[in-house]
Amino acid sequence: MARTVRPIASATGRLPWQLLVPAAAGLALLVLPLVGLVVRAPWSTLPDRVGDPEVREALQLSLLTATAATCCCLVLGAPLAWLLARTTMPGRRAVRAVITVPLVLPPVVGGVALLTAFGREGVVGQLGYDAFGLRLPFTTLGVVVAQTFVALPFLVLAVEGALRSADPRFDDLAATLGASRWQTFRRVTLPLAAPGLASGAVLAWARALGEFGATITFAGSFPGTTRTMPLAVYNALNSDFDSAILLSLVLLVVSIAVLGLLRDRWLTGAAG
Amino acid sequence: MRGPVLGWSGLAVVALLLAGCGGDDDSTSAENSSDSEPSTLTVFAASSLTDAFGELEKTFEADNSGVDVEFSFDSSSTLAEQVIQGAPVDVLATADEATMQSVVDEDLTAADPVAFAQNKLTVVTPPDNPADVGSITDLDTGKVDFAICVPDAPCGAATEKLFGIVGVTAEPVTEEDNVRDVLTKVTTGEVDAGLVYVSDAQAAADDVTEVEVPEADQALNADVIAPLTDAAEPDLAEAWVDLVASDQGQQVLESYGFLPPP
Repeated sequence: MARTVRPIASATGRLPWQLLVPAAAGLALLVLPLVGLVVRAPWSTLPDRVGDPEVREALQLSLLTATAATCCCLVLGAPLAWLLARTTMPGRRAVRAVITVPLVLPPVVGGVALLTAFGREGVVGQLGYDAFGLRLPFTTLGVVVAQTFVALPFLVLAVEGALRSADPRFDDLAATLGASRWQTFRRVTLPLAAPGLASGAVLAWARALGEFGATITFAGSFPGTTRTMPLAVYNALNSDFDSAILLSLVLLVVSIAVLGLLRDRWLTGAAG
Repeated sequence: MRGPVLGWSGLAVVALLLAGCGGDDDSTSAENSSDSEPSTLTVFAASSLTDAFGELEKTFEADNSGVDVEFSFDSSSTLAEQVIQGAPVDVLATADEATMQSVVDEDLTAADPVAFAQNKLTVVTPPDNPADVGSITDLDTGKVDFAICVPDAPCGAATEKLFGIVGVTAEPVTEEDNVRDVLTKVTTGEVDAGLVYVSDAQAAADDVTEVEVPEADQALNADVIAPLTDAAEPDLAEAWVDLVASDQGQQVLESYGFLPPP
């Protein structure tokens, strides 16, 4: 096999330019927009704008709904992942394919789909509305539903991966010691899958926080009820671009802060 | 291992260059030849003008062979912001004067804006009128879920003014970005009522039931149009503005429910 005489990366750390140039371009593409945000931000009017009740409302709503959606993802997704990883239920491949769909579906398409199912004239929504007067669109719960829809695949796939790599023999051992299936799940499987649960939850939270297309289509946009931060940014784009930049910065800082905190706490701790 | 990486990066660079060059080629060819190369007129217009401008497009393209009119219909404020951010557009038509003024203030209009129509608000409901809305004040009962435009859009500003006149203080369940989105919320049955223009109600025909608002005459929006300074086709832009302001244009607009200019 022909080889170049020089090694790819020598001990002195010299990197081949063929890799360095595209890597630098990629990094520039990711970093420059963030730099632009910081440079163009209305720093002089920052104190007044940050105190704006609409900004605080949007931020509170975003944090509340993203956290609620992540909890829903955990409650619904962990069992689903267990079904996929630990059972020989027929149709698992089809189930996995369906779960992956929201990952590739454009969010606004997800919003339209949610309307056809849970809207007032939706397949299921109509029953709920006619019988109980229940309505999901234009409610904060509707926002949580939309965010859960887009974030669930992240959690399910992360947990399924963790379960697959965890040794199933521990489950068998628990069974031989007399644990019921539910006990085994609670006290053996879940702790083993903890790293996957943590990383899946972080991914789901970040995805839910940034969700826009499905939220605005399904839940609408109203301050305090459904106008999350991304929707507030969209709304500010046309009236006050500086305000949009500021809102974007706030969202960026909050996201980075929480992701940073969670990373240290969960992922390094669970590595042992 | 070097070959494929070089190959793909080279392909990416070439693709980017081609994509960047594409726009320039079109405009230079349009400047050089008058009839042989097809030219494109880019018009940004408020979504309420979708149908009326669609019909005028046919007239314009028939009168000017080789010209293709391309539209972007959206909320006036969205379009104005896009123009300010440097979008390549020949003509801008907004649904109120205030939005056009933001573009004029940036010295982006090539001529004074012309008011070519007016539009009036009305209340629409789904065909079966599920919440039994009989007049605009029914929106205040608390039993009606209704949608309006965001206050920063022309239709939203007019709605706020109208609500002030008739004394409605209830809050909508959603504020949509442009008037056609409000109409969609009504036609899909997601809300009980919505505030749209009479021209939109007419366009929706049997998909909505209209509830007239006599006081809407006091909260009219003037539709304004102007050619832009960075237009790639300044002559075509002027011609389009002339068509819209002409008797023929006025007739078409009136047939779609617009009122004559102030």
